[in-house]
Amino acid sequence: MADRSTPRGSRWIWPALAMPGIIWVTLLFVLPLYVVMAILFGQIDPILRRPVPVWNPVKWNIIQFKYVLEHIVGSQGYFGPALLRTAVYVAVASALCLLIAYPVAYYTARFAGRRKGLLLALLIAPFWISYMMRMLAWINLLQNDGLLNRTLSLGGLLDVHVNWLSGHAGTVILGLTYGYVPYMILPLFAGLDRIPVSTLEAARDLGANRFEAFRRVTWPLSRQAVITSMLLTCLPMLGDYFTNDLLSGSPQTSMIGNLINTSVLTPGQTGQAGAFVMIVLIVSIVPMLLYVRANREGEAMRS
Amino acid sequence: MSGWWGNPWRRPRVLLGFTALYVVWSLLPVLIAVMFSFNSGRSRTVWQGFSMRWYYGDPLRSVWHDPSLHTALFHTFRLGILATLITVPLGVAMALGLDRWHGRLPQGANFAVLLSFVLPETLLAVALLFVVTTVSGSWQPLHLGISGQVAGLVTYQLSYPVVIVRSRLLTIGAQYEEAAVDLGASQFGAVRRVLMPMLVPAIFASAVLVFADVIDDFVIVRYLSGDSSTEPVSVKIYNSARGAPTPALNALASLVLVASIGVIIVGYLAHRYFTRGEDTHKRGIEAFASEL
Repeated sequence: MADRSTPRGSRWIWPALAMPGIIWVTLLFVLPLYVVMAILFGQIDPILRRPVPVWNPVKWNIIQFKYVLEHIVGSQGYFGPALLRTAVYVAVASALCLLIAYPVAYYTARFAGRRKGLLLALLIAPFWISYMMRMLAWINLLQNDGLLNRTLSLGGLLDVHVNWLSGHAGTVILGLTYGYVPYMILPLFAGLDRIPVSTLEAARDLGANRFEAFRRVTWPLSRQAVITSMLLTCLPMLGDYFTNDLLSGSPQTSMIGNLINTSVLTPGQTGQAGAFVMIVLIVSIVPMLLYVRANREGEAMRS
Repeated sequence: MSGWWGNPWRRPRVLLGFTALYVVWSLLPVLIAVMFSFNSGRSRTVWQGFSMRWYYGDPLRSVWHDPSLHTALFHTFRLGILATLITVPLGVAMALGLDRWHGRLPQGANFAVLLSFVLPETLLAVALLFVVTTVSGSWQPLHLGISGQVAGLVTYQLSYPVVIVRSRLLTIGAQYEEAAVDLGASQFGAVRRVLMPMLVPAIFASAVLVFADVIDDFVIVRYLSGDSSTEPVSVKIYNSARGAPTPALNALASLVLVASIGVIIVGYLAHRYFTRGEDTHKRGIEAFASEL
């Protein structure tokens, strides 16, 4: 692209426009992450049980971080099960999301025809219904005397009293799937919609059957969209605690988000919360960088 | 049947069925929850007849009469309006600046904005909570409650206008602006009189998105809320859903739902109006969705 700065143009205008945003992001996004470190590696006021941040990195003390790390595995591994659970739940739920979202997005992009707009509107709708509302809807359905149990009992023929909402891993995983699947469909649809139909027609003309054409043309071409959409669902799930609180409420299904939430609200454990935040940040930094890179490449391709 | 299966160009009935099932599964539970907000009894599982009791009929526990419910509703909309009013100008200016200003600092800022889009929200919320509670001093303007909530929401939502406006700038290109400058406009004049009108659809779309997203936000607003007067609807639902709530809670959630969907529909119609002269093969919902 040609040099965008015009000979007469005043160059100061672009920095001036960008500056307020840059200052905002620095003060309220970059700096707060430093505050988390200052608290994690800081002290605790012995009487008030309040965190005392240490701003100088030279004086940082790793005792709180060490405490958390030491309690992940071993005989005192209180935190280990929750971390393992987080990995399993997030993996299973996002795999389910992909299994549901891919066919739906594929159908919408390839076959919906004139009804594409309407279908797309229906697929976007859950996106704009608050997460809490959608969880509330399931709480209503899954209650002891809720619709699900009544349907299962075939109108009173069978005696079904399943306590869906008290510590079932399945309920939590399905809740996560239900909650995050809309975030996956849109990027998948965008990726699949971009694939030219002519490539598929060529494959079919050259003798590939439906499944062959999918496996060797559509799937490889949509791989980038699959990765992006997986990231967009996995990353928020890592910090999720409310799905668990609402659909289970039992420590037997708690995830790392619950550990963060509990320790943030407990006096004296703020540093631990900081440690869990750091763990999630470290785990998610590579996927986040992947996402940013994919985004840049997409931008470069479009320009 | 075998003839249908053997036909290479058959209609994908299995996929159609699956998609239809998905739509039902994703929307029916919510529709049932909305339906029960009109229940005349206090059950949220057994239908006892239609009434507006939980909206305004009940003198004590309806949304209209229970102060804790309508305070939450007002606070939700207050946050939505304030956060949108700050996020959109800040983000649009930032997008324009970052698009044309090259260097380390803008590159880093762009990176940070994209990162904030995918960072698990809980992490940002905890970080901001730490800032508000431990960085104290009279110079520090953020407190638990509305100031902290708005600051957090703006930070989290800033990526929407930045990403949307920048992708629009890419499709517009530099030629219109260059033409304006060649014809004697100042750089600032070119931005204001040429670029801005072309950006209106993108700016509007991002405002709609930010507003609809903010009134549904939970994580940031919960950690940064002070007392019960600054708890919006989402926090109210979280706090009482597992207790024994009345259908008034469903009514409250339904009102926010109507607001979100309404804003999105208005946004969609306005987007269609703004782009009416555009020569694109995509219009309507598809084009609007591709702004997202």
